[in-house]
Amino acid sequence: MAKTRGHVSITIEKCKGCELCINECPQDSLEMSENINQKSYHYAVLVKDNCTGCTNCALVCPEAIIKVYREGKKKSVANLSNIQEDITASVD
Amino acid sequence: MNRETVEGIQCEFLDDLDIVADRPSRLLDVHMHYCPGCGHSVVHRLLMEVVQELHIRDKTVGIAPVGCAVLAYDYLDIDMQEAAHGRATAVATGIKRVRPDLIVFTYQGDGDLAAIGTAETVHTVNRGEKIVIVFINNGIYGMTGGQMAPTTLPDMVTSTTPEGRDVTTHGFPLRIADMVALLPGARYVTRQSVTSAKGVRKLKKALLKAFQDQLDDKEGTSFIEVVSNCPAGWKMTPVESNQWLEENVLKYYPLGDLKSPPKE
Amino acid sequence: MKYLMKGNEALAEAAIRAGLKGYFGYPITPQSELLEYLAAELPKRGGVMVQAESEVASINMVYGAAGTGERVMTSTSSPGFSLMQEGVSYIACTELPCLLVNVVRGGPGLGTIQPAQSDYFQAVKGGGHGDYKIIVLAPSSVQEMADFVYRGFDLADEYRMPVLILADGAIGQMMEAVEFPEYDPEKDRVDHSSWTTVGQPEDEERHIITSLFLDPDIMEKVNLKLQDKYKTIQEKEVQFETVMVEDANYLVVAYGLSARVSHKAVELAREQGIKVGLLRPQTLFPFPSDALSNYASKVQRMLVVEMNAGQMVEDVRLAVEGKVPIEFYGKMGGAIPTPEEVLDQIKILSSFKIVKGS
Repeated sequence: MAKTRGHVSITIEKCKGCELCINECPQDSLEMSENINQKSYHYAVLVKDNCTGCTNCALVCPEAIIKVYREGKKKSVANLSNIQEDITASVD
Repeated sequence: MNRETVEGIQCEFLDDLDIVADRPSRLLDVHMHYCPGCGHSVVHRLLMEVVQELHIRDKTVGIAPVGCAVLAYDYLDIDMQEAAHGRATAVATGIKRVRPDLIVFTYQGDGDLAAIGTAETVHTVNRGEKIVIVFINNGIYGMTGGQMAPTTLPDMVTSTTPEGRDVTTHGFPLRIADMVALLPGARYVTRQSVTSAKGVRKLKKALLKAFQDQLDDKEGTSFIEVVSNCPAGWKMTPVESNQWLEENVLKYYPLGDLKSPPKE
Repeated sequence: MKYLMKGNEALAEAAIRAGLKGYFGYPITPQSELLEYLAAELPKRGGVMVQAESEVASINMVYGAAGTGERVMTSTSSPGFSLMQEGVSYIACTELPCLLVNVVRGGPGLGTIQPAQSDYFQAVKGGGHGDYKIIVLAPSSVQEMADFVYRGFDLADEYRMPVLILADGAIGQMMEAVEFPEYDPEKDRVDHSSWTTVGQPEDEERHIITSLFLDPDIMEKVNLKLQDKYKTIQEKEVQFETVMVEDANYLVVAYGLSARVSHKAVELAREQGIKVGLLRPQTLFPFPSDALSNYASKVQRMLVVEMNAGQMVEDVRLAVEGKVPIEFYGKMGGAIPTPEEVLDQIKILSSFKIVKGS
């Protein structure tokens, strides 16, 4: 059976570089960037394409800045009733 | 320019995916002053998820403490009242008694709940006030610069125990949850942590249970202790602090339900 | 319909009729009857009564309940009111309406259970930290113990602040005839829904009640707003009673129990041909400064009678601004002056030569 496909999107300007998400990701898909954001924190980025959308990272993120995507009509572990904005990712 | 899409892996098939986790809208989109990796922020998020999932924003009042979370009302998009140090449960009692229809919760740290507020904590639970008490126990006074708390572990170095907590001078860590679990007025007493995704899920369940019980007007107080880290106060990185917590703090403050609601 | 009631109980009954929704208090002599009366009556008549674990808890319960806009109160005596000071400061800053009662006893410290007036400074000048005032009403009869409750709740709602009924142990304990007026607590009730923390509809801004303003500019604005309010109260809400002042050469100034004693002394003095009158403040904040200043132009000397070491006398001196000499007679520690003692003081007052045309 194919693994569930997922993706995370992190609002890096709000990341405080705590690394808890990196520690929690079972796929080791997250790493700290070499760069810093406007608050001078290094921030987490997705470095592999094997995300399964398990939401572990989002669950432990103290800043609530990780958006997790997952395919399929699986039961979600976090609330969706708060979605207000368009979720289309912009590409530059 | 949306920086989040510039770096790291991009997703070709985003349109095929559903969003399964996102910031709750009632957690205001503002910078929170908590230190990187602080457990407070996680609990704030969970509380707002609960408020949204139970649709109780129009009848919920939270009481903010004196401590690191003194500005909680700047982050939580619900009605809130600031309490004097230690008095949050008395304030909650006043509100719930004259407006029993409201959903009332306190949010307190270890100084607020277990030092200056001990009498109020014990008596509020003893009266079985139908509120939820959320107790963030990180064994230190963060806001005032890292002094000892009643829940500080023996030998732990803080700014007022520079040689480590000496129990002959300062007494032992106070297991206040265990104390209040003995009271008949306590409905649900549980100790959780947010050091792992598993812990976060369990805490969310506990919070949902407690708030749903208040919504159903069940008897007794729900007391939810969150054993949390304080990376700044403990002088560790966030990851180290959670590890240290799991290896040392949980020995004193084991996780689990100390009192379960009665079966109905 | 007149009832014969104890002061404490008359106050409690008036509170229920005024629409009291929540009472949170702790027993302390000489006001425990207030608690006991409300414990028996309030739950039967639409309110809730909680005996808290301390006065500290009581005032904080009042603070919480007041945030919902309901009519709430607590009562205590001097040592208990000391414990409440932090809470009063919070309620004053957050501008919440509530009724407080201090049935004053002798102090300082654990003191005595006898009546005193030694909490005037604490009531009127602050007591708690910060620049704030509370409205202070001073009853001198069981009837006023009841009347001031209605007025107190109305003032609290109108100005959004704590109102204190500053009684004393004797007035709390004595029994007199009292009548309760027709009063509908719901009629003309002030609408507090613009600020109460009771949950807001989904699409409306949240309400926050806090006294923490770390930005000094904002804290200053908060303070200026409070001071403005107190200025308005000083202009509009002063209340006092005068007795035989029209042709008086001397004026006795006293409140509460001291005023009752002084009233008798003034009558005795008049029998002896001394032209003396009495001014009895009924509001201690706002203080009848203007009235006293006016009378200072008409009388030769004033005598302030208090059951303390000299507290209200300072405000009298401030109001009079040196126009006439102010004498003071005080009994401390729970002792009550007798009319004869006050009469002796009035006689001393009147022994000074009258200066014509002053």
